[in-house]
Amino acid sequence: MLDTNKKPTILFSDEQEQLLEVASNFCRDRFPMSETRKRIAAEEDLSRPLWDEIASLGWLGIAVPEEFGGSGLTLAEVVTVVEPMGEHLAGTPLVSTTLAAQTLLKAGTRAQKETWLPKICEGAIAALALSEPDGDWALERIVASATASGDTLTLKGTKTFVTDAASADLVIASVLFDGIPALALITRDALEAGKLTREIVIDETRRSYRLELDGITLPKSALLETDKTPAALAHLDQAACLLLSAEACGGANGVINVTIDYLKTRKQFDRYIGSYQALKHPTVDALLAMEAARSHLYYAATVFGDGIEGEVAVRMAKAQSGSALAFAADRSIQFHGGFGFTYDCDAQLYRRRGIWCEAQFGDARHHRSKLAEILL
Amino acid sequence: MSDNTPSPAELDAFRQEVADWFTANKPADPGFLLPQSFMEVGTDEQFYFLRDWQKKVYEAGYLGMAWPKAYGGGGKPQVLQDIVTREMVKQKTPFMTNTIGLNWAGPLILNMGTEEQKKAFIPGILSADDIWCQGFSEPDHGSDLGNAQLKATRDGKEFVLNGSKIWTSLGRHAKHMILLARTNQNTNNKYEGLSFFLIPMQVPGIEVVPIKKLTGEFGFNQTFFTDARIDESCLIGKEGGGWQVAMATLAFERGAVGGQAGGHAMNSKHVSEVVTLARTAKRNGKPAIEDVAIRDELVQLIIDERSQALNGSRARIKPLTQERPSSIPMSGKLIGSEYGRRLNQFALSLQGANAAYYVGDPLAYDGGLWQRSYFNAFSGTIGGGTSEVQHNIIGERVLGLPKS
Repeated sequence: MLDTNKKPTILFSDEQEQLLEVASNFCRDRFPMSETRKRIAAEEDLSRPLWDEIASLGWLGIAVPEEFGGSGLTLAEVVTVVEPMGEHLAGTPLVSTTLAAQTLLKAGTRAQKETWLPKICEGAIAALALSEPDGDWALERIVASATASGDTLTLKGTKTFVTDAASADLVIASVLFDGIPALALITRDALEAGKLTREIVIDETRRSYRLELDGITLPKSALLETDKTPAALAHLDQAACLLLSAEACGGANGVINVTIDYLKTRKQFDRYIGSYQALKHPTVDALLAMEAARSHLYYAATVFGDGIEGEVAVRMAKAQSGSALAFAADRSIQFHGGFGFTYDCDAQLYRRRGIWCEAQFGDARHHRSKLAEILL
Repeated sequence: MSDNTPSPAELDAFRQEVADWFTANKPADPGFLLPQSFMEVGTDEQFYFLRDWQKKVYEAGYLGMAWPKAYGGGGKPQVLQDIVTREMVKQKTPFMTNTIGLNWAGPLILNMGTEEQKKAFIPGILSADDIWCQGFSEPDHGSDLGNAQLKATRDGKEFVLNGSKIWTSLGRHAKHMILLARTNQNTNNKYEGLSFFLIPMQVPGIEVVPIKKLTGEFGFNQTFFTDARIDESCLIGKEGGGWQVAMATLAFERGAVGGQAGGHAMNSKHVSEVVTLARTAKRNGKPAIEDVAIRDELVQLIIDERSQALNGSRARIKPLTQERPSSIPMSGKLIGSEYGRRLNQFALSLQGANAAYYVGDPLAYDGGLWQRSYFNAFSGTIGGGTSEVQHNIIGERVLGLPKS
C-alpha cells in the first residue's frame, strides 16, 4: 500500500536543467514544423546527419553507465530531452534506442553489454519487438517463440510496431523460450530480406515495421539472461511509460501553442475567436491538464524505480499525459474550424501523435485500472 | 528555542510537542453540527465554540507564532507555525474562525497599517476577541469586484456610507470590516474611484441580515449601509487607491510581515475519506469499491488530488515553469475548488438510495455531511471569482488570449 501521508516532492537536478535548456533550443532549431512535414514525406526512414548530431550530443548514453561509454545519469535526465522532442513532434529512434539500452542493462549478458552499449552511445540504432498482432498491452503475454536445437535458436511468430527496425543495428524481441518469457537479440545481419514490412501507422512521424520471426535463426548466446527477463520486462514497461509521458507532455504543450496562435489571429464575426469563451475556456482546461501532466511527469522522473511509489507515479504520469494530449489536440482540431479538417492544419499531427502515445504501453484507462489494483 | 533557524532536532522535538498538545486539547464533539468553514458559521453556539477554540490555541502560543511580538505575535520562525498548521489539518481540529482577520485584515494591517492600527487591531485578531468580516462583493457585482458601487461620500473628516455588501461571513459577530467602497463616481476608469477602509461594525446605519444558504443553514449575511458615518482615519492606503490595497491584500495572504498567521480556514475533504466511504457503501451486495466503474473514478480523483500537491512542488522549480510562470499560481483556486465539488458529488453518488437523505435524518450517511459539503463546495467555485471568471483570467493573463 502506498504511503499517502508522504508529501510528494519533485527534485530537479542541475544536469536536468542544463539538458532541458540545450534540448529545447536544439529542438526549436532542428524540428520546425516545416521540417517535421518533410520528414513525414521523406523516402528514407532517418535523417543520418541529424541522428549523428543527436549521438554526438551524448543523448543516447545519458542513462548508460560510464563503464559502457555513457554519462552514468538516469532516465530522469532522458526525460528532459524527450519532452522538447515531443513538443516539436520529432520522430527519431532516440526513445526506442534508449529503451533497448535499458533492457540490455537489466538483462543483457556481460558480453552483450560490452558489445552493444558502447556502440549505442556512439549512435547505433536499437529497436524493440514486443507487441504482437492481438494488440494486448501485457508484455509478458507472448505467442512468438524460440526453440533450441543444439546451439541454434529458431524463432517463430510475428511482432508488431517495431519502430525504426529498418535502420536498426539490433532488435530485441520478446519470445517464449521453454514456455517462459525471454528476450532475443537479433542483429541486422540475421534479418533476411522480407522479414520486415513497413506498417501504415497513424503517427506518420514514426517508421514502424512488422517483423516476421519465422525462420530466423540465432546462436543461443543471443538470448538475454532468462532469470532476469521478467524484471527487465517490468522495468522496460515503466521506462517506456515514463518516456512516452514525456513525449505526450511535450506534445500537449506544442498543440496548445498551435491553438493559441490561431485563437489570437483568426477573426470571425469581427472578433478574434480567442475572445469567445466557448473556445477560451476549454483551451484553459487543456492548459491545466497539461500542467498537471507535467507535474506528474517530473515526479515520476524523481521517484523512478523506487518500488511501488515509482510505479504509481509513472502510471499516473502516463494516464494524465495521455489524456492531456488527447484533449488538447482534439479541441485544437475543432477550434481550427474548417481548416482543422484539412491535412495542412498541424493540429491533426498532434492528434495522431497522441493516439500513438496512448496505444503504446497503455492508455489512461489501462493505467487507472492498474493503479486501482495497487491503491484500492 | 532560539529565534534563529531551529535545528532539525529542535524541529522534531517541536513537532512532537505540538502533536501531543493537539491530541490532549482537541475539543470533543460538541454534540451539535459544526460548520465546515468560516463561511458556514450559522448559529451562536457554533460561533462561541469556535471562538473559544481559536482563543485556546492562541493562548497556548500556537497561532500568529511568526507575527511580531509587539502586537501579540510570537516573533518566532515561520517554519514552526507551519508545523502547527499542518498538525491541525492532520488531526482535523476545528478551523480558526477569525479567518478574515488572520488571512486578510491582519497581514494588510501589518504591511500597510499605522503603528496605532497595528497595536489596536492585531492582538484581537489573534485572540478572536475581535472578529473581522469582509465587504468586497455586492449584490449586483459578484465577480466584478472592480465595479463595486457602495458609496463612501466625504463629509469633512468623515465618510458617509450608503449601499450594501453581500456574503459577509461572520457579519453578525464581527467587530470590524475590511471594506472596498467608491469614494469617487467620476473617474475615467472604474478602479480609480475605489478606496479601502477598516471600519467598525457597531455604527448606526449598519444592518446585518442573515442569508439562508442552499444547504438550509445560515452563515452568510447581507450588510446594508444607510448613512452610516465613519471617521476618515478608517481609510487605509490612499483615497482612490483602494483597488491597489485590495489586490495587495490578496497577495499579503500568502505572507505578511513575519509570515502567515497560521491555522486552517476550513475542514476540506480528501479522496482518502471517499475511498473509506466506497468500502462501506454497497453495490449488489458487495462493497462499492469492488465496482469497476467506481474504481476508475476513484483512481482519477486520486490522480487529480495529487496533481495539486505536485503542481505546488513544481511551482518552486524555476526551469520547470519558465514558459508560463503564473500558470500554476493563478490556477490553484480554480483547480482546487472544482476538484472539491466533484469529489463531494461523487461521494454522494456512492451512497446508493441513501444519497437522497439529508442532514437530520438518522439514516443519512455521516449525518448528511457529504450532502452538506457538496452544496458548500459551491462557495469555492463561486466565491472569490467564479470558475468561469477564473477561466477568463487564466485565458487572458496566462495564455494571452483576447478579452471576452
